[in-house]
Amino acid sequence: MPKDGGIGASSKRREDVRFLTGRGRYTDDININNQTYVHFLRSDVAHAKINGIDTSAAAAMPGVVRIFTGADFEGIGSIPCGWQVTDRHGEPMQEPAHPVLAQGKVRHVGDPICAVVAESLEQARDAAEAIELDLEELPAVVDMKAAVADGATKVHDDLTSNLCYDWGFVEENREAVDKAFEDAAHVTSLELVNNRLVANPMEPRVAVGDWNAGTDDYTLYTTSQNPHVIRLLMGAFVLGIPEHKLRVVAPDVGGGFGTKIFHYAEEAFCTFAAKQVGRPVKWTSSRSEAFMSDAHGRDHVTKIELALDAENNFTALRTETYANMGAYLSTFAPSIPTWLHGTLMAGNYKTPLIYVNVKAVFTNTVPVDAYRGAGRPEATFQLERVVDKAARELGVDPIELRRQNFITEFPYATPVAVEYDTGDYNATMDKLAEIGDLSGFEARLEDSKKRGKLRGLGVNCYIEACGIAPSNLVGQLGARAGLYESATVRVNATGSISVMTGSHSHGQGHETAFPQVIAEMIGIDESQVEIVHGDTATSPMGMGTYGSRSLAVGGSAMVRAAEKVINKAKKIASHLLEASEADIELKDGQFTVAGTDKSVAWGDVTLAAYVPHNYPLEEIEPGLEETAFYDPNNFTYPSGAYCCEVEVDPETGKVTIESFAAADDFGNIVNPMIVSGQVHGGLAQGIGQALLENCSYDENGQILSASYMDYAMPRADDVPFYEVDHSCQTPCTHNPLGVKGCGEAGAIGSPPAVVNAVVDALQRAGKDVTHIDMPLTPGKVWAAMNG
Amino acid sequence: MTQVSMTVNGKAVSGEVEGRTLLSGFLRDSLNLTGTHVGCDTSQCGACVVHVDGVAVKACTMLAGEADGAEVTTIEGMANPDGSLSTIQQAFQDHHGLQCGFCTPGMVMSAAALLQENPKPSETEIREYLEGNICRCTGYHNIVKAIMAAAGQDVSKIAAE
Repeated sequence: MPKDGGIGASSKRREDVRFLTGRGRYTDDININNQTYVHFLRSDVAHAKINGIDTSAAAAMPGVVRIFTGADFEGIGSIPCGWQVTDRHGEPMQEPAHPVLAQGKVRHVGDPICAVVAESLEQARDAAEAIELDLEELPAVVDMKAAVADGATKVHDDLTSNLCYDWGFVEENREAVDKAFEDAAHVTSLELVNNRLVANPMEPRVAVGDWNAGTDDYTLYTTSQNPHVIRLLMGAFVLGIPEHKLRVVAPDVGGGFGTKIFHYAEEAFCTFAAKQVGRPVKWTSSRSEAFMSDAHGRDHVTKIELALDAENNFTALRTETYANMGAYLSTFAPSIPTWLHGTLMAGNYKTPLIYVNVKAVFTNTVPVDAYRGAGRPEATFQLERVVDKAARELGVDPIELRRQNFITEFPYATPVAVEYDTGDYNATMDKLAEIGDLSGFEARLEDSKKRGKLRGLGVNCYIEACGIAPSNLVGQLGARAGLYESATVRVNATGSISVMTGSHSHGQGHETAFPQVIAEMIGIDESQVEIVHGDTATSPMGMGTYGSRSLAVGGSAMVRAAEKVINKAKKIASHLLEASEADIELKDGQFTVAGTDKSVAWGDVTLAAYVPHNYPLEEIEPGLEETAFYDPNNFTYPSGAYCCEVEVDPETGKVTIESFAAADDFGNIVNPMIVSGQVHGGLAQGIGQALLENCSYDENGQILSASYMDYAMPRADDVPFYEVDHSCQTPCTHNPLGVKGCGEAGAIGSPPAVVNAVVDALQRAGKDVTHIDMPLTPGKVWAAMNG
Repeated sequence: MTQVSMTVNGKAVSGEVEGRTLLSGFLRDSLNLTGTHVGCDTSQCGACVVHVDGVAVKACTMLAGEADGAEVTTIEGMANPDGSLSTIQQAFQDHHGLQCGFCTPGMVMSAAALLQENPKPSETEIREYLEGNICRCTGYHNIVKAIMAAAGQDVSKIAAE
């Protein structure tokens, strides 16, 4: 029986009512009296020296308040990077400055040069057109391998080269891995591209800066997944505003997918300029601007090799990856191809020896950072593609080859420095066979043949890591931040509860799911619990929402705070009931004395806490409000098995997704409806990466896909109904809820299933095709078939 | 500046606009009806779909001046007169047809227009009709399901949780 409330119930989302009636409050819906509007004049070339900027004509245009250039930001801090990677020789990565407005040079199409503040957005845009720029174009560095070749033009003149770092992991394993390859019975190798993507949350970024001349307080309203992180990075490192004078508000946010984690120049600009012009400053990104200024995702070029012994056991894995950083280091960019990618290369398999090499490269392109999955999709794609290719080369069943090499005993320490606590990869594979009806494939194949279509089946597994932690470990790995989460559980006098969380919801449904946990713990109705988030003025310092961490880390903080509340409430109840605290039990919103019929209701205890007339004031303080900071002692490791069936039109090369099934193990589930929705969305993004999406640049660094006319977003008719299941549950052993995280799995696990399916279809049709790089557009598939 | 007058959600409104002001801008900035969202600048995303004289229109493809004298319905005008969610809105909530909520107003307006034209659309017809509405969160599964449910179709067989 489905539950009708608490943990495990598919409670309907309370946030939906405001979104369905047009009453959401997104950042662009915020307008402050007397506000001005800013338009950024951005570089339309990839690489150039700025010889001069003449703003005189523009400044005289109607409505112009002030025009800012890089010169206005001399002495202002650089946009900081939040993670320092150490290379394989023990040296720190190369870390260039990243000014708010370009100084001396522009380094990618979209790099902001001037900011025009005017009475209206139209006036700001009109004036920007009157600015005269003297740009001396320089050769653009676009291809990563060319960027690190001798004599390449440097993106940053003050760095020694375009190589940010050359990372080896685990460096000590390198020789043993090479030796294992020499001894291998079979080696499968594959070169592949993980295509550059743009996250494209439907809400473009917006920032509204406000400054109070009477108090010298600043407020920034911004489209962020983590307002406290923005306050710290921008306040401490860019603008020098102490936290107590800076409030950052991220109200309703229309999707993030990683790209709204980062601190962006426009946020710093609006905050800074609000004081300079003495009026609020608002920036609303256009979609075209978003393509040129939101951090992009993926963009890896990889060679992967898998060594097997004569019994088809995996004996070693070796990879070499070029990872594009773009022109500047976005907030968490250096960590994505390293600690969020290298550590996942064991996948679901007991490969004993692994060596990962990553060369991070600066190019004249938009910065690249985390996008849904962030490193784990890149790891999963290459691993699951090379395993599939190995099975085909060896003539063995791809599922059986996987099963043979599955990790089956937990906890399991991988050779890439992480320890999986729980998992059951055979169980999710069994479940996949059931929900994907794998035994019925042959019949569907015949049906496709009759219709003249090539059908293929692709299967793969994935493992991922969520809730990256603990803070002391990630500090050693180069993180310049803690990775805990916080919550304050504020019980109100009559028993309702406000939970202030550092997590941030931008589609994940925290306002519904988090109360389910509290309701379960106390035994009150979910409607009695409200979630407050997205404002540094109301929530304790928290790290926000990314990396599928909210429930595992933020939810755990909330549980810890609620436990403190319950412990205190039990003390109060024991006083009211004149019983020993050890005998007090809380169930269904009632405190009872064990073994008796004496009880007191939750609301009576909470009222006593705030009206402490009959209260042990000499022992405990009045009030009922507790805060907890939770720092996990390990990642969580969701895993699963996915399958995709495609049809390829042999005439055109067009691929259609006929079915997609996903069997996931997310540990315990709080709201199954929301979890399914998260998987659905991830699958569509993964299918989008596999078939449609590609952010492309020409050889001059011009971005060719800067609108929805050119960047193919998945539409409703590109995807099927999905079969998803999360009944295989091996709870996480180290967080109080036993949850693992579900936000990114769909995007991590789905691209290899699609590509495996297309390769399968072509091979069944007798084509000698072993790999096609994503996206698998009709042109590429047709060329592969007819190549 | 020109004067425009129209009926929005049953109420007569008017305002001064520049010739280049889009209907989406007029609704958001002049009327403070911020439920109509702007998600792109090439009329692709559909977050701004409203009804103009009963027809679904992307409010970013129409000048405010062109809507002079028209009857416009926005997402703010879609609930039942007593304020409760309409059948389509309720179906979106019941079937988790929204996550971040940004594309949602356009989705609901498009779905309403579809069901006006075709009260019992098939899955394929729904997917094709939604070609002009992009959602990045839901993978469309629950949107399509919600629209089928709003049309009175049995969706219990469609994979859910």
